[in-house]
Amino acid sequence: MSLNVFLQNLINGISLGCLFALIAIGYTMVYGILRLINFAHGDIFMMATFFAYYAIALFSLPWGLAFFAAIILTMLLGITVDRIAYRPLRDAPRISSLCSAIGMSFFLENLAIVVFGGRPKPFFSPEFFGQTFIISEIRIQSVSLITPLVSIFFLLILTYIIYRTKTGLAMRAISKDFDTAKLMGINLNRTIAFTFAIGSGLAAVGAILWALRYPQIFPFMGMFPGWRAFTAAIIGGIGSIKGAMLGGFLLGLITIMIVAFFPEQAGYKDAFVFILLIFVLLYKPEGLFGEE
Amino acid sequence: MKKKNLYSLLNIILILIVAIFINIAQKRFDPYIIRILNLCGIYVILGVSLNLINGFTGQFSLGHAGFMAIGAFVSALLYMSPELKEMNYFITPLIWPFSVIQIPFFISVIAGGIIAALVGFLVGAPCLRLKGDYLAIVTFGFSEIIRIIFNNLQSITNGPLGLKGLPAFTNLWWSWGGAIFTIFFISNLINSSYGRALKSIREDEAAAEAMGVNLFYHKVLSFVVGAFFAGIGGALLGSLVMTIDPNTFSASMTFQIIVIVIVGGLGSITGTVIVATIFAILMEFLRVFESPMNFFGTKLPAIPGMRMLVFSIILMVVILFFKRGLMGGKEFSLKQFIKIFSRDNRVIKEGS
Amino acid sequence: MSVLKSDHLTIKFGGLTAVSNFCLTVEEGELVGLIGPNGAGKTTTFNMLTGVYKPTNGKIYLYEQDITKKRVDQITALGIGRTFQNVRLFSGLSVIENVMVGSHLRLKSSFFQAVFHTPRYTKEDKQIREEAKQLLSEVHLDKFENKVAGSLPYGEQRRLEIARALATKPKLLLLDEPAAGMNPQETKDLMSFILKIQEKFKLTIVLIEHDMKVVMGICKRILVLDYGVTIAEGKPIEIQHNPEVIKAYLGAEANYA
Repeated sequence: MSLNVFLQNLINGISLGCLFALIAIGYTMVYGILRLINFAHGDIFMMATFFAYYAIALFSLPWGLAFFAAIILTMLLGITVDRIAYRPLRDAPRISSLCSAIGMSFFLENLAIVVFGGRPKPFFSPEFFGQTFIISEIRIQSVSLITPLVSIFFLLILTYIIYRTKTGLAMRAISKDFDTAKLMGINLNRTIAFTFAIGSGLAAVGAILWALRYPQIFPFMGMFPGWRAFTAAIIGGIGSIKGAMLGGFLLGLITIMIVAFFPEQAGYKDAFVFILLIFVLLYKPEGLFGEE
Repeated sequence: MKKKNLYSLLNIILILIVAIFINIAQKRFDPYIIRILNLCGIYVILGVSLNLINGFTGQFSLGHAGFMAIGAFVSALLYMSPELKEMNYFITPLIWPFSVIQIPFFISVIAGGIIAALVGFLVGAPCLRLKGDYLAIVTFGFSEIIRIIFNNLQSITNGPLGLKGLPAFTNLWWSWGGAIFTIFFISNLINSSYGRALKSIREDEAAAEAMGVNLFYHKVLSFVVGAFFAGIGGALLGSLVMTIDPNTFSASMTFQIIVIVIVGGLGSITGTVIVATIFAILMEFLRVFESPMNFFGTKLPAIPGMRMLVFSIILMVVILFFKRGLMGGKEFSLKQFIKIFSRDNRVIKEGS
Repeated sequence: MSVLKSDHLTIKFGGLTAVSNFCLTVEEGELVGLIGPNGAGKTTTFNMLTGVYKPTNGKIYLYEQDITKKRVDQITALGIGRTFQNVRLFSGLSVIENVMVGSHLRLKSSFFQAVFHTPRYTKEDKQIREEAKQLLSEVHLDKFENKVAGSLPYGEQRRLEIARALATKPKLLLLDEPAAGMNPQETKDLMSFILKIQEKFKLTIVLIEHDMKVVMGICKRILVLDYGVTIAEGKPIEIQHNPEVIKAYLGAEANYA
């Protein structure tokens, strides 16, 4: 493979990795706090794209405002999902929460089919996202450059929140020791809602960037990136935000590289992700940075 | 007469009644109704087998669709005629020996179940030591891997095109015969010492182990039996709808069975049977919403996907408000039914 | 041949040594007590003996067979039964089902024979049920056969746990704080109960307890653990006056009057 093609793939890989990282953080934060895998996270991601789509299509908002609105709406959606499906089952046996998460995912997907229709819709792309730069024979789409920049921006905001604010401290405390945090007077429900809001917000950013890159949105679109991001979170160590970021980048690179080096096996690429996931869960479930 | 013989006699009478009913139905009923009844039987098989794993043994598996797919494809490859195979595999020919084999339906279905059970063992052995969420993910992953592999093995499964024009062998005898056998097998298993061991694993694994229950053996046992019947169900489904493709056996399919099991009650065979039957009927009834209709003079537009939305709402309601499902984890048995009429009623009430 | 021999059992969790060099030889028919302040490593020791934890160092012999690396259920099959510090019943199952689970490991019928109710299986099942009923009457729970185990009052749950452990037909019974939460009368009944089952089922018993009346009352020999180390071993009267033991419990050189 020529250097140019390799560099192109590398940039694409990093770009994709950023998206996975943004989504993976949502999985990892919720798991860190609730020890629950939010199966509905991929579907929250999907809803974000539809929020943005309809903001533009129905309300004719300028795209900047539309994206902003979509992020806010998605954060609210995340909080609502917790409120309806997870909060009532806080004290119930683990299996109830598991069923609820699966049920919620199922519900959101089918709701989307009924409300938005099952046929894929084309996502709107502001002009400059579609431009392609050519730097010494490497073709780079502007979205591939913008994605890492936007991602890093939001990840920095996240890091600030987690490590420099009281709420962030509360989140870290809860993830270390649930019961003691309760006793220390931390408002559990509010902090948990906040966690969902942040995770969903980041997922929404990832979703919009994703839709700009792959401009077809449909109700089941959350599955593929959802499972990738989840695998990324596990590889990085579920519960660790650092791990989610690193896992996301790794998985983005791996995904692109596999298709680049083994194009004939493309049909199996989704299977590889699951195989990787299963292997990690069986033999190194703590991942790279995990604690358990 | 002795109690035990009374129960056996009643069971036999019940089965005879069902047999007579099937005989009449198969001959006289509308094909549309027969199809629904067939689906009921198949969903019972699928639901009860999943309940064995998830409900009675407490191992949350999301892999049922994968085993169904194996059962469906293996059996189809065995009972399809060589000519039919040639017609289907027009892009890539089917490999030998499948291209020339043709075996009677019954044996093909059993073979489908056995292969599914074998894969169940290969999946379960390494994975069943995982707990809760992780087990769910891994089983889901395997189900997807199977689907993706089937989608790509053009020369064995015909890839995404799937197999069409399958002969319609499935009739009420097969589907309800299978359902009754499944209920018989699994409820006998549950009520035996092995069943108690499985339930103890669900209740408290560490304590079960300390009481001498071999966790690996029993978890794998329940998983393999569940996979076997899922394969049977998949095989019967294939011949009922006469066309199978890898993408039918997707997450959605597993979710449908999960809905049945949770709404009926994890750990209640009766609940699963009732809900499976209702589910199959509702699947058809609600289909009405998926095309435009006239509602007291107002025209309602088609709402595709309405059925699954309704089911997902029912599922969430049950999970949030009726945590034990329809039957609250209890069973309806002939024993309890008879107690109502028996003269020993007072004595029994006193003791319990 | 001793029933149980543990040879310099040590277990480390990360940097912490929970139990070090635990040596104990138990002869047939003995009733040994294992005492010590909270966190001394008593239950951890039980967990090693039953195979729940694998020791970092040391060996365990049951009737001179090395069981150090065996699985928990294998060790139970070889003859060690136990109860738990926090009662761990199968709460959703009935009282009699709880006990019958204990008999499962001795079942000879295969699972196919069980499903198809062959005569061989039916006979075995009936026997299991009979034995379970007998055990339940030993612990005075026979009237509650069909009650859901989780609905029993605490004291009865503890008795049920003992019945369940007895169902595994153990030769060595490990009881983890069987008198916890009992009032003086219940404790007295428990003490005579333990002596009775020891005689009836020919058991060797090792007992973890905090209630000194029980320990001094029925144990012929006592080991004292503190921070994982065996600080004393001997007859009840010796242990009562052992200054190390007193120090461990009271934390200082206090006068035990």
